[in-house]
Amino acid sequence: MTQDIFLLIEHIQGQVSDISYIMTAAARKLAQKEGGSVIGILLGSGAEHLKDTLAVDKVIYCDHPALAEFTSDAYERTLVSLLTEYSPRAVLFGNTTLGADVSSSLSTNMEFPIVSSCIEVTESGSLISQICGGKIMVESQLADKTTLITVNPGGYKPEAGQSDSTPETIKFSPPDLENLKVKLSQYIEPDIGDVDISQEKVLVGIGRGIQREDNIELAEKLAELLGGEVCASRPVIDQGWLPTSRLVGKSGKTVKPNLYISLGISGATEHTEGVIDSKTIIAINSDPDAPIFDIAQYGIEVDLFDLIDPLLEQIESVKNESSG
Amino acid sequence: MTEIVVIARLVPDLVEELEIAPSGTALDLSWLRVIINEFDNHAIEQAIILKERSGATVTIISPEAEGVEDMLFTTAAKGADRLIKLTGIGEEKPTNLSLAQTLATMIKEMNPDLVLNGVQAHDDITGDLAPQLAQLLDMPYVGYISGVSLDGGKAKAYKEYPGGILAEMEINLPAVLGIQSSEEPPRYVAISKVRQMMNSTSIEEIQSSELETESGVVIKRMYLPEAAERAEMLEGDEKEVATKITSILQDLGLL
Repeated sequence: MTQDIFLLIEHIQGQVSDISYIMTAAARKLAQKEGGSVIGILLGSGAEHLKDTLAVDKVIYCDHPALAEFTSDAYERTLVSLLTEYSPRAVLFGNTTLGADVSSSLSTNMEFPIVSSCIEVTESGSLISQICGGKIMVESQLADKTTLITVNPGGYKPEAGQSDSTPETIKFSPPDLENLKVKLSQYIEPDIGDVDISQEKVLVGIGRGIQREDNIELAEKLAELLGGEVCASRPVIDQGWLPTSRLVGKSGKTVKPNLYISLGISGATEHTEGVIDSKTIIAINSDPDAPIFDIAQYGIEVDLFDLIDPLLEQIESVKNESSG
Repeated sequence: MTEIVVIARLVPDLVEELEIAPSGTALDLSWLRVIINEFDNHAIEQAIILKERSGATVTIISPEAEGVEDMLFTTAAKGADRLIKLTGIGEEKPTNLSLAQTLATMIKEMNPDLVLNGVQAHDDITGDLAPQLAQLLDMPYVGYISGVSLDGGKAKAYKEYPGGILAEMEINLPAVLGIQSSEEPPRYVAISKVRQMMNSTSIEEIQSSELETESGVVIKRMYLPEAAERAEMLEGDEKEVATKITSILQDLGLL
């Protein structure tokens, strides 16, 4: 085993995902402690240039048509072969819809221990993970063999993993990628819908606390009064109450409005990673321990249905005053 | 007949206050209220949808926990055919790998076409269960699925990629899929129907093999998050709070 820290660079449709930079930042911290280099693993087809913006020491690049887009089978076969050859100290994966498809399965395949949901590496090289929707923190240490780590966004800014200097490339020959059991047939472009929430200046986000489809009207009214739109966390989308184009967070959109008002959203990391860059967040939730209050500037611990009517009235009366 | 196996687990209810066990390295499970892992609930629904669409036998396997019988009978009321409770789960949460090993031994004998599991569980710290299980069963795995159909020896499934992009995937069967959401929201069943199932259905009990609680990664401690820079909490009755919010909105130039 070497002391090098590897990370799997995530990219989709020719774009490096932010999580790759975030992992680079975390890997740098870990490498400082372990004394190795930070090495990016880039799998793709004609994608070598994607390495150029990453603050890694080297990139191991493997080129194959079957690696053009992410699929679990092709990626896993390649990673088994690559990690067997290089035997790094640790390998970082995004705890994303891509990274999570290969990391746990690789851990079982190669008998490498795995730590989930890491957000930060401490000065002493400990890993800090966040579980139970952000309500429990876990401090752990690398095992005495190659350790796999899945990384959640939130601990590092993408800029911390970016660099202008181009890292050196090491080419890696792909293993046999015939007879794959998983194929990507086609991408289905998201239905942009009536609005692109990533461009909105004011957003009212709703979560499980909205309780019923009929209640969405209240959020829409609030959004309308403020010249904004309604978006949601996953439970609302899964109920089919709003289209996927309104989903914020993991596997949805990242939004950066001037104002984000969250109604009945607890603030699990899957959601907050998509709203953390909002300029002002006002959170309304009846649970005083809701993690959303950790990222909001203003919080109100109240049943949203008790507050919404007086709030709508207040706003309307202020608007009437100023227009009258 | 198509054989579908669903793994459904109970997880801590996050509405409750969570506590750390005296060991300092695990959740205190003794007083903890548990509820079905929401992703597993979607996996169950997806299995029932597949059964209704083209016929299948649906087996639900759940590790024992407070309330697991009720949960299993509820799945029967929805249409599940066979209910299995995995016993021998200790006080401390086992690693997913050792749970996967026990499950793999059981599932191999069932020879399923499809194994469904929720894509993640919020209390997992040693990787995700479904892909570990897939590896041990030597089946392909794809996670973050919302919608599955079966055709011949293949599954057509919709996988979420980052940025709200969906992809249509073709996966050779047998396969393990990590479900994020079912095609339709999980259905509601009346308590009376669940009660009926308690009288007409039975739950098989299967003893798990020895389960590990340590994975090689050293858990130094678990703790509640130190209150970071918390939000400024607006206090008062609803009217007062509404006035405070309105004045913030004015300061932001929105009104």
